[in-house]
Amino acid sequence: MNHLLIMLPMLIPLYGAILSLFFWRYVRAQQLIGILAQVCLLIATFLLLFDVNDNGIRTSQIGSWPAPFGITLVADLFSSMMVITSAITGMAIYLFSIKGLDKARQTFGYYPVLLILQLGVSGVCLTGDLFNMFVWFEVLLICCFVLIALGGTKPQLEGAIKYLTINFLASGFLLTGIGVVYGILGSLNLAELAVLVRTPVSHPALITMAGMFFLIAFGIKSAIFPLFFWLPASYHTPPIAISAFIAGILTKVGMYALIRLFTLIFVTDQGLTIPLFTVLAGFTMVVGVLGAASQNDFRKILSFHIVSQIGYMLMGLALFTPLAIAGSIYFIIHNILVKTNLFLISGVVAHRHGTFALKKLGGVYLQQPFLSVLFFISAFSLAGIPPFSGFWGKFMLAKAGFEIDSFIIVLVSLAVSLITIFSMTKIWNEVFWKKKPETDPLLNVITKQTHRDNRLLHLPVALLAMFILFIGLYAEPVVSMAQLAAEQLMNSELYINAVLKK
Amino acid sequence: MELILPFLIGILFSASLYLILHRHFFKLILGLILFGLSTNLFLFVIGRLTRGGSAIIGQEEKVATEPFADPVPQALLLTAIVIGFGIQAFAIVLIKRVYQSFGTTDLDDMSTTDQIEDNH
Repeated sequence: MNHLLIMLPMLIPLYGAILSLFFWRYVRAQQLIGILAQVCLLIATFLLLFDVNDNGIRTSQIGSWPAPFGITLVADLFSSMMVITSAITGMAIYLFSIKGLDKARQTFGYYPVLLILQLGVSGVCLTGDLFNMFVWFEVLLICCFVLIALGGTKPQLEGAIKYLTINFLASGFLLTGIGVVYGILGSLNLAELAVLVRTPVSHPALITMAGMFFLIAFGIKSAIFPLFFWLPASYHTPPIAISAFIAGILTKVGMYALIRLFTLIFVTDQGLTIPLFTVLAGFTMVVGVLGAASQNDFRKILSFHIVSQIGYMLMGLALFTPLAIAGSIYFIIHNILVKTNLFLISGVVAHRHGTFALKKLGGVYLQQPFLSVLFFISAFSLAGIPPFSGFWGKFMLAKAGFEIDSFIIVLVSLAVSLITIFSMTKIWNEVFWKKKPETDPLLNVITKQTHRDNRLLHLPVALLAMFILFIGLYAEPVVSMAQLAAEQLMNSELYINAVLKK
Repeated sequence: MELILPFLIGILFSASLYLILHRHFFKLILGLILFGLSTNLFLFVIGRLTRGGSAIIGQEEKVATEPFADPVPQALLLTAIVIGFGIQAFAIVLIKRVYQSFGTTDLDDMSTTDQIEDNH
């Protein structure tokens, strides 16, 4: 039963995708299968989270090959929290795409590809093997390439080509890093690698070099400071249902891999990695938020904010105390939900008003007050205003920073929060508050059908806002779970024992 | 062999990066393919080269006789080749599609997504 529970987050999307492929061209059937798969996935990930929370780290050996030889699946608290957040977002995206995505894209491959993307996310989070992690990353990247290019409009193709080139290079770096690690240590199992790097015979300098390969590879994938330029050039090009999911999940999965590897394996040379991470985190936050402040398109502002928020997650890794890592974990969970929701809200607005440009929008507060409230909740969660969810993450990070006297990075992070509020108020003023600018009245004919569709689009946004409010107002269980997850990450023996001594 | 291969890998890596940095689409494809190949070759060499001994265990023996080639890098290599092949195939189709709809082979012409304010 345990083994099945770990497998289910991968099996459900896989079978869902295969079934959807059988119903090629039948949109209704694909939608039905998709929703069923999402509900099952949500239940399965909930069960997995409860199981891991009660019984500690769970492992499963594929094909019953014992640990260092076969591929191990490992579910600790961090990975099960990631999987459940991805399931919640997937659910919202599915509800959104039924009305929010055009029929042609829905018919030709959107549903199966999205499910395989979710399979890849679950795979990366649950695997305990370095090369297997690479394979899952490729699975989800190929799905992203297809999703970004799906439909083949000009901006999409352009975004896709940039995304593909940079991420192909990142995968090459990742593979090279894996090669170096295997060449030095002769193993690929994460737990065994963790044992091997802690034995005195290993070569610390070479292992740090391998770590740098991983830093560059996952740095590109999670859009860390000097490597993020592909993100704002491609994330806003596909339709909103697609870019919301990619923007919400993908960079955080890269961050997950970074946190996993740099707490478990590449811990031998912290004199180098910790200052490096601190500098990178600071620059990522500042450059991202300044980039966002200069944009005038709803989606592009949000895209740049992804970069800035990644800086906070990296800051937790840079401070490297249990509280800071817990802050990072909480922040990742919060950010996946909030970022997806903000993208979805921009989609709802654009569905009604036909544009993402701030200067052409206006008066949404008057027409859709409920949507404005939902935006208010998400935007101020992102900025970190108490009592919304972003506050708790930033509070934990700042407290951890003060505890070890890293004042500069804490000050930078607080200043960046202020500019984030500036960006969010800019969207609020331009889109929701100011009067709608005069435009061609022919463009603004709202049919009954669009009106009803628009109502339905509120549903996923409200669902996500509910979760955001929950982890913000009733933060205690999530925060303590994040702290437990951080304990598991910092005490690598727990992970090693769970995998190797069964 | 041990001495030639690292140099060969280095040359392949630098040639592929040089090609990727070119503005022409065709050179971008060539660069991507070369980059994939050089990573694969790197993976192969770093698993240490052993010639003439396979890791197959004879019927009467318990373990394989030394020296034998490590089978793990070869398995990784096979997987990486297949994945790389898939991505390269997708890249070629994508670039052809881009060429058809943009009518250009110059990457510098593709800066519109950075400038759009509204393309809905």
